[in-house]
Formats: sequence, C-alpha cells, structure tokens
Amino acid sequence: MSAAFDPQRWKPASFLPEAEARDPALIFVVAVLCFLACLTGLMVIAGDRAAHGWQNQLTGEATVIVRARGGETPDAAAARAAEALAAVPGVTEARALEKEKAYELIRPWLGDVADLEDLPVPRLVAVGLDDRKPATAAVLDKALKAQGIDAVVDDHSVWIEDIRCAAGVVRWTAASILALIAGAAGAVVAFATRAGIAARRDVVEVLHLAGAEDAQIANLFELRFARVAAVAGAIGAVAAGALGAMLRLIGGGEGITPALPIAWADLLAVLPCPVLAALVAAVAARITARRLIQRL
Amino acid sequence: MSRNASAAADDPTADEILRFAGVSMRYGRGPEVLNDVSLSLPRGSFHFVTGPSGAGKSSLLKLIYLAARPSSGSVRLFGEDVTAMPAREMPRIRRRIGVVFQDLLLLDHLSAFDNTALPLRIAGHKAAEYRNDVAELLTWVGLGQRMEALPPTLAGGEKQRLAIARAVVNRPEILLADEPTGNVDHEMALRIYRLFVELNRLGTTVIIATHDQDLVARSGRPVLHLERGRLRPMPPMGPAE
Repeated sequence: MSAAFDPQRWKPASFLPEAEARDPALIFVVAVLCFLACLTGLMVIAGDRAAHGWQNQLTGEATVIVRARGGETPDAAAARAAEALAAVPGVTEARALEKEKAYELIRPWLGDVADLEDLPVPRLVAVGLDDRKPATAAVLDKALKAQGIDAVVDDHSVWIEDIRCAAGVVRWTAASILALIAGAAGAVVAFATRAGIAARRDVVEVLHLAGAEDAQIANLFELRFARVAAVAGAIGAVAAGALGAMLRLIGGGEGITPALPIAWADLLAVLPCPVLAALVAAVAARITARRLIQRL
Repeated sequence: MSRNASAAADDPTADEILRFAGVSMRYGRGPEVLNDVSLSLPRGSFHFVTGPSGAGKSSLLKLIYLAARPSSGSVRLFGEDVTAMPAREMPRIRRRIGVVFQDLLLLDHLSAFDNTALPLRIAGHKAAEYRNDVAELLTWVGLGQRMEALPPTLAGGEKQRLAIARAVVNRPEILLADEPTGNVDHEMALRIYRLFVELNRLGTTVIIATHDQDLVARSGRPVLHLERGRLRPMPPMGPAE
C-alpha cells in the first residue's frame, strides 16, 4: 500500500520495462538457435573422438605384404619377415598371419574360388608399433630389404591422412555452422533491439532529456537482451543436453552409433551456451542500440 | 581579486545564464517557428513565456533544453556556445536543466518515486543519498500517499505534480516548464507557482511557458511574449527579487 511505502526499503526499478510482449518469441527463436548450436557442438566432439579412435588404431600398427622369392615358400618368407621386423626399434610385435587370413582378405575381390592354394597369394605380417616412438614405413622397408625379402609396407598413412582430413572438414564445417548460428542469433537480437528501441522511444527520449548518455541508454538494452538471451541459451542448452543424454542412453556405451560416440562428459560442453548467447546478444544489442540512439 | 574574478567583473555577460542571438528555427523544411529571436537572461531570473498557440513557446524551450538546434543564430547556455554542440557533450548540459514537458513524458512502468528519482539516478547518485529527499519532495507536491503509484493510475493534476517533482529534484540551475499548470486547479496552480518562486529564490533560473494570463499578471514577473515566432518588445528584465 502507498501509505506503507518506506523510502529506506526502496529498490530502484529498471528504466526499461521488466518484460515485453515480444520476449517469448525472442526467447523461443534464440533457444532454438542455441539448441542447434549445442547439438552441433556435441556432434563435433563425438566426431572428433571417433576420428581420434580410428587414427590411434591405424597409427599403432602396420601391415606388410610378403611375396615369396625363388624356391622359398610364402609361409617361410612371411616368418622370416616377421623375425626381421620384430628386431626393428619401434616395433612391439611382428606376427605372420595364417594363410587363411590372407585368403579371407582377397576372397571379396576374387569371389568363391575353389582352390586358392593354386594362386600366388602373398602372405601378411601384422606389425604392432610403439605408441610413443613408432618405427616408420621407411625403416621397416629398409629392414626387410636388408634381409632380401620382397615386401610392401603399408603403414596406413593414406587412411590416417584421409581420417585427419575428414575430421578437419567436420571441425571447420561445425565452426562455420556455429558462426552462422551466432550470426543469426546476433541478427535476431539486433532486430529485437531495433523493435525494442522503436517501441520504447518514449523511454529513450525521457532518459536523453534527463541527461543520460548514449552509452547509458545502450547499456540498458544491452543488459536486457543479454538477460533474455541467457535465459534462451539455458533453455537451448538444457534441451540439447537432454537429447544428448537420451542418445547416450539409447546408444549404450558408444553413444548413438559406434561411429559417433557421445560420452557423459561431452554433455558438459553445453554449459557455456547461456554465457555465449548472452555475450552475442549483448554485443548485437550494444552495436544496434548505439547506432540507433545516436540518430534519435 | 583573482584574475578570473576580475575578468568576470569586466565581462557584462558573466552573470548571464542564457543568450539567444538572432536565433531562427524550423522543423525539417517547414516554415520558421522562431524568427530572429535575441534575448539574454541573467542567472537567477524568473520569466514567463507567453503567446498564442503556435507562437513558438515550446520551440523556444526545446532550444534551451537541447532537444532542437537553431537553423540560424547562436545559443549560449551557462556561458557555453551550444549551437552546434556535439551530442556526446549534451548530457553534461542537460543535467543542469530541469524540464516540465507539456506532455509530461512520465514513464508509465515506473512508480511515482522511481519517476522522480530518475534524473538523480542518471547523474549517478547513490540511492542512499537522495531517497529521503525524493520522498520529501513528493510529499511536498501532495503525492506523499502515491509514491508507489504508476502514472496511469494518477489523476491529471497528480501527473503534473509528479512531472514537476522530477524536474526540480536535482535542483537544476535552469527550470523550464511548458504549461505546468495546464491540468491543475487554481489552488494547485498557485501552489506550483510558489514552488517555482521558492526554487528561484534559492538561485534557480525559471522560465515558464504558459497561457495562464491570470498567473502571469498576478506574478508581476517579466514576460517574453512571442507572436508568430518573433519576440515582441520586452519589458526590462532583471533578476527576481
């Protein structure tokens, strides 16, 4: 009641109205953008983890294709190659694979050939490499040549390069999408600021005439839209986090698919979303408000 | 005597708070609403601005509170040429001026108390420094029981008094009032006038644009009479008693 008003307990009210009719629409749009941004972030993290996993698997081993020479049997040549390779620094293990393994590998290319024994199928040697200081393909090749073994070393470098390249493309694409989303959020906030200033021209005018500086007035809009965007960012982040958690649960230990594994810790990546949304909104509102207020 | 004081004594404009020199003004490409207006008001004076509707009274006040710029001529306020003052410097000048706008310009979402405190908050004062003064002022203008009320819930006269409270709360050096007694009864008009006189007595220069001929006649204050944007020959001006 007015009669009970105590100036000592008075708290200054915001110069701008606490809520606007268009706030829910703005919150919805920014929340959707934040949701998409968080989802993109989660996918990038999962994709990056998958790429690293594949890369680690490939960099940890090499395959050597051994062709028998002269009167030597393929099995003997493979065994000799494995022995030579095992002695190379940076090699943890060298194992000649059974001939069946080699047949399995070429069967998809040749079809059901009745007797593969008649074909000069090369033997394979699986080489395990030291994680910290792996032997290079050139070193392995040199060791084989020194023993007079006709062999081709495949250290999977072509595949690794392809995976690296694909991971890079995913990262850059995601960064572009995030930049686009940030730009869209900024544009939406700029539009809302413009509408807000137009709708609150009376407030801007009174503040101006009462001696407020442009920066003071722009600050009001900046804070207001930063707050709205932070709320929207939180909503978007929670929604994306919930979806991520659901995919993690549905997909079991490896996430939605083994190719795109989401870990529980990845969900923490959505936490900065409200702050980032508020920052983008604050910058967009500040630039727009300053420019508009100067013209009033 | 210091050099500055000596210079001030020699300078006939040292005690001048406002000077218009050949000021004309128009809105956009429209006709001139003020035409070759020249005047000089001493600090601490009390003037009425009178004239028929459309004579340029509000435009004259707008030039003083820097809401408009002259199309020609020059305006000096507080000894500074404000004719082409950059916008970024205007707040400094505006904070020394209190204005009762013709359309009041109260903020409907703020309480009477918040509306009144607005100039003090903008100037960066702490709430503890002024909240008692604001409450006292609102009580003085008869709004002691309506401090929490929002402007849309106030009667016309109450809004007018609230606008006056906001204009004078920071003890401005110049008080401009555009039809400040337009919506109040005779008794309240006199009370408001007495408030202006009291502020003037404390050193505030007061300029009131009004149609209230009765108030003007009874006050015996000097009058700036405008007709079609031109100042009629003025009676001699001087500081208020």
